[in-house]
Amino acid sequence: MTAADRATVLKLDGVHKLFGDNHVLKGVDLEIASHEVVVVIGASGSGKSTLMRTINLIERVDDGRILLSGDDITDPAVDVDKVRARIGVVFQHFNLFPHMRVIDNVTLAARKVHGIEPDVARDRAIGLLEKFGLGEKVDDYPDRLSGGQQQRVAIVRAIMTEPELLLLDEITSALDPMLVGEVLDLVRDLKEQGSTMLMATHEMSFARSVADRIVFMHSGRPLEVGTPEQIFGDPQQPETREFLARVTHR
Amino acid sequence: MEAWQPSELELDRRLQRRRASRRSVLVALVSTVAFAAVAGWLVVSSPDWETVRNTFFNVEIAKSSFPKILEGLWLNIRVLFFATIAVAVVATLLATMRSLRGPVFFPLRALATGYTDLFRGLPVLIVLYLVGFGIPGLNTEVRIPVAVLGTIAISLCYSAYVAEVLRAGMEAVHPSQRIAARSLGLSHAQTLRMVVIPQALRKVVPALMNDFVSMQKDVGLISVLGAVDAVRAAQIAQAQTYNFTPYVVAGLLFVAMSFPMIRLTDAVSARMAAREQQGGTV
Repeated sequence: MTAADRATVLKLDGVHKLFGDNHVLKGVDLEIASHEVVVVIGASGSGKSTLMRTINLIERVDDGRILLSGDDITDPAVDVDKVRARIGVVFQHFNLFPHMRVIDNVTLAARKVHGIEPDVARDRAIGLLEKFGLGEKVDDYPDRLSGGQQQRVAIVRAIMTEPELLLLDEITSALDPMLVGEVLDLVRDLKEQGSTMLMATHEMSFARSVADRIVFMHSGRPLEVGTPEQIFGDPQQPETREFLARVTHR
Repeated sequence: MEAWQPSELELDRRLQRRRASRRSVLVALVSTVAFAAVAGWLVVSSPDWETVRNTFFNVEIAKSSFPKILEGLWLNIRVLFFATIAVAVVATLLATMRSLRGPVFFPLRALATGYTDLFRGLPVLIVLYLVGFGIPGLNTEVRIPVAVLGTIAISLCYSAYVAEVLRAGMEAVHPSQRIAARSLGLSHAQTLRMVVIPQALRKVVPALMNDFVSMQKDVGLISVLGAVDAVRAAQIAQAQTYNFTPYVVAGLLFVAMSFPMIRLTDAVSARMAAREQQGGTV
């Protein structure tokens, strides 16, 4: 294994996904290196969310392979629970468990999947929650929290077990504009700490400032991939130009 | 800063509301008393009232039959206790079996589906006869107390009802909750146990309590097997006195037994409705 291989956290190799006759992903190739932040942009229906869901094995790929730190996670023999435990996911609608307090939401996977001692998990969770301004919410139920607070708790839940890869699927789309900033600031913190992230978003200015690379998805393919400067400053494809013109002019 | 004081306008409105509510209470009171008086007079003045009162509401017979009936009710309560435990366990198993996915589990799924379909359709009385008289007929050497057989029969039927309620609750938990749990690496079983079932139970508490109230009175059916429960004790007293008051006594005791649970069901439903109106779930 070469040095370049070791640095690759995620590798997609010709991934296809069909829902009936609907060909949603038409051969996606993508590599994400360790500590890299890759932002996926594109119109609704371009396959962003499906891409995320295939990586997390919520959707089964219909062709191609996905490698997580070199392991083929699309191999039928693979233990999907073990794979998912290595990936952190944050959802558009938070999906916190409403019957559990914040602390239990955050420590559930650590305790039940990773076998971390409850006390250790609790200490670590409280540390993270305090760090992200949620120290007072530890024993609250999610429905007592604002949307922004809920999403920050969901992010803490996802990073609690130090996953190899974080998937953030339009995590600010369900939030009041006033609350988007606090969530994005947290993501920026995670980038500074070196988290490897794949993120789908409609927040173009944020994408521009946080991404190492931008992937523009168009009808099931990564049509254009490049640095934020390349994609936003000098897009090569007419579809990219059209998309950016629409989202930035509103 | 000066504390806010309600304005004249608001004070006047409050006064009006108070007056209106006083008036409604008064009207309700007067009409209720008038109605009760008329209804009472109609009953008491009807030609055969004396006979009716003697047959159904005889105080002497009520008093004399009461201890035996109460003793019988104690059997009903014990049956109810064990049946509740059995139903909780079996129904949860059935609901979980029906929610299993994958072709490997087809037999279990089919078994659970067949069971619930069968026992939801079968009259409780037939199950009681089959279990209570049929099973002892298989082997005359071993004697199983009829109360035990009755408990089994009641549990068989109610497990099917309750399993369906639980399954409905499990299906009402939004799929995004399962996805979130599985994404954390929890297994299917862990997801069911820690995420789906706790939320499902909350959703179906009123329905479960309703089934419990229903089972509270259906434990009286074990009397057909000859178990001396409240219903049987009343029947014995009736046969001795040729008077139907003991049945009324037993009936009222069952009502009294179910009353706390009915009120509790209402209170729980109201509390849950209030909580949901605050919004902000998930």
